[in-house]
Amino acid sequence: MDNSVVINLKEIKKIYDMGGAEEVQALRGVSVEIHKNEYVAIMGPSGSGKSTLMNIIGCLDTPSSGLYEFNGVNVSEMNDNQLAKVRNKEIGFVFQTFNLLARSDALHNVELPLIYAGVTSGERKRLAREALNHVGLGDRVHHKPNELSGGQRQRVAVARALVNRPSILLADEPTGNLDSKTGDEIMILFEELHHQGNTIILVTHEEYIAEHAHRIIRVRDGMVETDERVDKRKTVTTV
Amino acid sequence: MHFLSEVKEGLIIAFRAIRANKMRSVLTTLGIIIGIVSVTMMATAIEGVDRAFEKSASAFGSKVLYIQKFPWVQHDDWWKYRNRRDMKLEYAVAISQQATLVDAVAPSAVTMKDSRFGSRTMLGTFITGTTHHYQEASGTTIEDGRFFSQEESDGGRPVCIIGANVAETLFPSIDPIDQTIKVGGFPYKVLAVLEKQGGMFGTFTADNRIFVPINSFINQFGSRRGVLISARVAAGADIEEAKEELRGIMRKLRHLTPGQEDDFNINEQEMLTQIFGAITAVIAGIGFFITGLSLFVGGIGIMNIMYVSVTERTKEIGIRKAIGARRRTILMQFLVEAASICLIGGLIGLAIAYPLSLIADQLIPTAMPVSVVAIALFVSLLVGVISGFLPAYKASKLDPVDALRYE
Repeated sequence: MDNSVVINLKEIKKIYDMGGAEEVQALRGVSVEIHKNEYVAIMGPSGSGKSTLMNIIGCLDTPSSGLYEFNGVNVSEMNDNQLAKVRNKEIGFVFQTFNLLARSDALHNVELPLIYAGVTSGERKRLAREALNHVGLGDRVHHKPNELSGGQRQRVAVARALVNRPSILLADEPTGNLDSKTGDEIMILFEELHHQGNTIILVTHEEYIAEHAHRIIRVRDGMVETDERVDKRKTVTTV
Repeated sequence: MHFLSEVKEGLIIAFRAIRANKMRSVLTTLGIIIGIVSVTMMATAIEGVDRAFEKSASAFGSKVLYIQKFPWVQHDDWWKYRNRRDMKLEYAVAISQQATLVDAVAPSAVTMKDSRFGSRTMLGTFITGTTHHYQEASGTTIEDGRFFSQEESDGGRPVCIIGANVAETLFPSIDPIDQTIKVGGFPYKVLAVLEKQGGMFGTFTADNRIFVPINSFINQFGSRRGVLISARVAAGADIEEAKEELRGIMRKLRHLTPGQEDDFNINEQEMLTQIFGAITAVIAGIGFFITGLSLFVGGIGIMNIMYVSVTERTKEIGIRKAIGARRRTILMQFLVEAASICLIGGLIGLAIAYPLSLIADQLIPTAMPVSVVAIALFVSLLVGVISGFLPAYKASKLDPVDALRYE
């Protein structure tokens, strides 16, 4: 399988100016390489800088200094519109709070990235249905988020994240708002997606969730504390 | 991303938002509705006044020049005009012989007398003494009968032409033609009735007049008040050139030396049109300013509600940005929403204003011009875009990280 580098972070720093002389160094030189079809967990306590790191990886934010190459393209100096395009085509977000549009049904929610990508209406509907089928919600396409269970909502979010065939799936505490059984179901889904060749980056502070990944990067005080491969993978069925 | 699907997505979002906040949308739209109703009603009223004026002014004929002692629009002290020499009947003959750019010249003198037929009386009728050329020179139209001939005119025969109101007053039930009426005590046989002119100049139109041969007029009523000479500009001739030619002839007849000012005026319909145009422009300016204010207030309402909408939907904006919406897309979304609210307001406003204009039509003949409909819709769209811009811009500038964190 192709093992090319998808994400290459070199000496990434992020400094927040808090006004006056005060500034906060959220990231103090992070260097990480993530390859295609890796399943990586980023861990760290709150305030460790893992959210900042995730925002930068997700192209929601830009680093103060350092180099960020995405598929070999320097994204650290891109403008808002270029970043929007990368987020749209290359990154699939899954959030803790699902972040679906409340007034839109599942189909429209999944269609949204395709609308922004300029895909024609007919093709959009087809791809969106396909993505919903893929996460097992083929019979829920016209349900609105409030008519779906938490797990189903997160599946819609996963379908939305995957519909544009992104290079990475970036999940921020995807099970944080779910009970453990539904959380496990989502983790099984992630494992399937990984098997199908997707690159997954999971941000979490929970050890047992991180154990699903094949590599765990621990962040503390804005630096990478440890970066290690998990040899013995824990499977959900043994929980 | 295609512009059209961006607009379409914007429309879907807009209508969902409007439906979700019904009361708020109704109240916001109300401001625009009131604004559009008042602006379109103002436009309709001005259209009505314009039409009434045009109809009235056409009574003077657009190609007729009136040579008079007094100007229609006075710029100087009235006494200056008052002290001018009177106009003389002979000028008409001289002008018709010398002028090449006018094809009909008629003098006329006016006085006010009571007219009577049997037991019916019309008090203070305007009596105009003129020649057989008057009909061509002034462009009046005969409803029934004939104008007096050259013989009747030259010989000062006791014949007359009556205006439509005179006919209605003196002859409510019988045909006036060939009846003999008493004008200032003298008998005159009615030859014809003029077509009704109507209009806003009321008593000054031919409707309230009686026309008699000028020779009998002078014999019976005198010509103290002086004469007015009407001259019709020949077909194909330039009005300004004809005016200049008449001015030259008049100066010669009046023996004016090159340094002397004109002591007469050549009046034309255009002067009234200009004055009227200036007056309506002022009325329209003030009217549109005041009604425009209500539309402006409506626009502020839209801006206010759009700011609320942007704040409420900060999270949504963050989500959209995270999955690839560009600034322009977000800007467009909120602009389309504001424009939709305003356009709906504009349509409702027109739906209210149109029946109102039909009611107004009963008072002054008017109609809502198609251009007003088009402009009203365009303006409401514009109000939406302008008042939606700042909130939409604010939304488009939101930082995706902050917006996503917003609860």
